[in-house]
Amino acid sequence: MADEKNFRLKVITPERVFYEGDVRMVEFNTTEGEIGIYRGHVPMTVIVSPGILVISEEESPRNAALHAGFAEILQDRVTILAEVIEWPDEIDRKRAEDAKARAQERLDAKAEETDILRAEAALRRALTRIHVIS
Amino acid sequence: MASMRDIKRRKGSIQSTQQITKAMKLVSTVKLQRAKQRAEQSRDYFNCMYETVASMLAKAGSISHPYLKAGDSARKGIIVITSNRGLAGGYNSNVAKLITQGDFNKADVQLYIIGKKGRESLERHGYNVREDYSDMVEEPLYSDAMEVSKKVLNDFAQGEIGEIYLAYTGFKNTVVHEPKILKLLPVEMEGQADDGSTAARQESRAPMNFEPADDKALDMIIPKYITSLIFGGLVESVASENGARMQAMDSATSNAEEMIDHLTLMYNRARQGSITQELTEIIAGANAISI
Repeated sequence: MADEKNFRLKVITPERVFYEGDVRMVEFNTTEGEIGIYRGHVPMTVIVSPGILVISEEESPRNAALHAGFAEILQDRVTILAEVIEWPDEIDRKRAEDAKARAQERLDAKAEETDILRAEAALRRALTRIHVIS
Repeated sequence: MASMRDIKRRKGSIQSTQQITKAMKLVSTVKLQRAKQRAEQSRDYFNCMYETVASMLAKAGSISHPYLKAGDSARKGIIVITSNRGLAGGYNSNVAKLITQGDFNKADVQLYIIGKKGRESLERHGYNVREDYSDMVEEPLYSDAMEVSKKVLNDFAQGEIGEIYLAYTGFKNTVVHEPKILKLLPVEMEGQADDGSTAARQESRAPMNFEPADDKALDMIIPKYITSLIFGGLVESVASENGARMQAMDSATSNAEEMIDHLTLMYNRARQGSITQELTEIIAGANAISI
């Protein structure tokens, strides 16, 4: 039953266990760049940066929008502690697009009081969401 | 002996109080179920977080990082989680007692209040309230905890406060709740970690790498760790609040039951007494006429 090539993936959020299962490969963005993990990876702790989480099970890969958190990678086990994560069907497309427009507007306006970092983060989040559902 | 009417009125009033306490008990039972579920679900996340941070610090060893040593300021920030509503037995006062009877110097304490009841009682004792986040107690979200942790970490970084504590009520099970005070910053790992299981697990593992490097990773992970502690404190406190209220209302209902029983007895006695008296009067009257 236990496939040699698979490893255990657990994605937890403060509110629920988001995903748990045996997978072939998982991919996501870290602060140091994109990363793809197979079984037997060097043990590592990485910080997540907003992007798409791709979970490759036996059949087709599943996507999710991962916004913040960190991941603990062990040889036969990966635990992602996600602060914010969503499945594509939990994303409201219109809301994401509105948020994108709003963030863009704020960045373009370049008003003194704009919190640039916050607007950028909002834009990144919105883009990730849109990317995942399209 | 009190008159029949008085007893009846008193009984009625206790009965309606009992109805209220009964309803409150039912409501908090339902809320408790939900809050308990949430507390249990978030525990997983917290445990993982704790292990990761513990292993990071174990590895980091003697690294010097602002989050690992007390700030220069003598002032202490305390995040206090209580409820917005009363009638929950000793729930709120137990948390307040942790602070008033703990070894904190009143002048040095800055409070970050979550929950109106705690605010009322601590302000009465003359503590200094810095921020109030009472709105988030009803339905705590992770983003709420983020907001609080951002604020306290900012104050810590600015040197406004030198240490950060969290006072909340830990939820053990439905009937046991334990008011606790926890040191958030500087981060200290001994205490809970001393059971050896974490250390044993560390040894059996291959060495952990960090990306980015240690101190930068600490920079990013510690705030998340603090947030998760605050969030854990929030959900456990909410579960405890409802548990405490359920218990308090349960005993109030059974006390009311007891009082009603007692009053019913008194009422019946008074009724019997008045009937006997009436009869004696009639018989005495009839005797007087027949003679």
